[in-house]
Amino acid sequence: MIAIKLAIRNLLGAGLRTSLIVIVLSVAYFLIIFMNGLYQGWERQAKIDMKAWEVGEGQYWQENFDPYDPITLVDAHAAVPELFLPAVRAGNAAVILYTQATIYPEGRMLGIQLKGINRGQTVIKIPSSRLTAPEGEIPAMIGSRMAKSAKLKEGDDILIRWRDVNGTFDATEFRIVSVFSTSVPAVDVGQVWIPLEIMQQITGMTGEATMIVRGRKADLPVEVPGWKFRDHAFLFADLDAIIRTKSIGGSIFYGIMLALALLAIFDTQVLSIFRRQREIGTYISMGMTRRQVVGLFTVEGAMHAVLALVVAAIYGVPLLLYLQRTGMAMPEGTDEFGIAAAERLFPYYSTALILGTVLLVMIATTIVSYMPARKISKMNPNDAIRGKIQ
Amino acid sequence: MKNGSIINISDLVKRFPVGGGEFTALNGINLSFEKGEFSGIVGPSGSGKTTLLNILGSLDTPTEGNTEVLGTTSAEMTPKLAASLRKKHIGFIFQTYNLMPVYTVYENVEFPLLLLKIPASDRKKAVLDALEWVGLSDMVRSKPPQLSGGESQRVAIARAMVKTPALVLADEPTANLDAANSHHILRTMEKLNKELKTTFIFATHDDKVVRYLTRIIRLEDGKVVSDEHIQS
Repeated sequence: MIAIKLAIRNLLGAGLRTSLIVIVLSVAYFLIIFMNGLYQGWERQAKIDMKAWEVGEGQYWQENFDPYDPITLVDAHAAVPELFLPAVRAGNAAVILYTQATIYPEGRMLGIQLKGINRGQTVIKIPSSRLTAPEGEIPAMIGSRMAKSAKLKEGDDILIRWRDVNGTFDATEFRIVSVFSTSVPAVDVGQVWIPLEIMQQITGMTGEATMIVRGRKADLPVEVPGWKFRDHAFLFADLDAIIRTKSIGGSIFYGIMLALALLAIFDTQVLSIFRRQREIGTYISMGMTRRQVVGLFTVEGAMHAVLALVVAAIYGVPLLLYLQRTGMAMPEGTDEFGIAAAERLFPYYSTALILGTVLLVMIATTIVSYMPARKISKMNPNDAIRGKIQ
Repeated sequence: MKNGSIINISDLVKRFPVGGGEFTALNGINLSFEKGEFSGIVGPSGSGKTTLLNILGSLDTPTEGNTEVLGTTSAEMTPKLAASLRKKHIGFIFQTYNLMPVYTVYENVEFPLLLLKIPASDRKKAVLDALEWVGLSDMVRSKPPQLSGGESQRVAIARAMVKTPALVLADEPTANLDAANSHHILRTMEKLNKELKTTFIFATHDDKVVRYLTRIIRLEDGKVVSDEHIQS
């Protein structure tokens, strides 16, 4: 207690020097929490959106399906197992059949993935119920990114060419009945959605699917012969890796701030111990042990982190809450990288993030405060009292 | 311990390593000090005054011989015990005052009591009493850079006396002061010695100090050359 009391007195007495260190350190607190909050918010939001639009409660992949190898797509289809049918009928499983296809918007040729989805599904937010069209027209649906890149809009007719199960090319016109907006590019960019039964019919893959997305209410086993279940850990692995990489890049900014503050504290400590040797000798002459004096200087250095926490809380809490409420606009074109990202990112500050940041700064500050203070334990108090130590 | 004495020194030798050899700062000192003495160790620079004072204040240890200060011998003196002895029973006054520059006068004087964990209300009374003894009651909020040399040394005296120690060790307390301030300081210490029966030991070569002493121990080349009690 006495060390804390004395440390506060000394710090407040040091005035400008303390203020500068505290301000820099408080910025480090703020930046660490904000930057990580932004990544955590992005991750959280992206996972929620991916779950809602693409991943559901996990996916069953036909065993030949490999999204990273388009060649496998030709063989990646099989009959929907019987045990899925009740869930499909109840709308608790989304059945999707893939094939590669080509569209010809405005005379151009674009390679796409043609996807059939059951209209009654309620598992993912793809608005499959909109896939209806008057007699004689075949409905198709695209996302807003696809609409933008292919220069298509609702009501347009588009020629699609595909290969059926036997490898025979076929083509017909589809009517764009809906353009949906989503933050998940994986269900938008380069995709055209059509009703599952039409897809099965035009490809000759009756009753077949490439993938089945499990819904929350679906009671389905993990092991299904001929199908591989992919859980959230697997399906979010790419997103986690991207966010981890981004987060490392972001940590450079706050790392520099933290390093500057720690360097200033270390420097202050070294200077303090040299300039305040008379004071150190006086403390010892008044009955403090060297260990207590080392403790006093360490606490004094570490108190910068406590004061910085108070300062950071004063301006940081309102600012962080404001940013959490209003979010941050993502730069134009971010979604074109294929990462799930909404137009605005809303930071998320978890308790672990806040406590972890406080702990990190406190520990780092204490260590850089202690290192120079150790020199005190080797000081001769008689020389220190007279300021004779060089 | 001899009857009535609070300090006994026998065959004390202190050597310091210098270059490849050794320098003998104190050589065969035998002394004892009674409670309530107002004594001075007098001698030229390098005679060993400060070294002797440091050993008495347990800031240093003898190379040979024994000391017994307030019941604790040099043989049993651990760093922790030495710190405890200084904290409870010994006050120091330095030539350069050694006040904490960022503390107020009040906080400087309060410091030894904080180490002793004295309750706040008792602390306040003791600090104000000590500042009254030295005539600085109106400067409690001032900081050392705002004080004159004489005022700073009076704060240092108040800081040394606030815990009413058994022993005060003053190393050249008037060396940085003019004559008027020196006399003021010495009269203050003399008064405290008489009123509180605190033992004062000075290390000095200042004639102004010598005039106030009731016992003068002269050191030369680390040896006691005379030990004279003055009748007041």
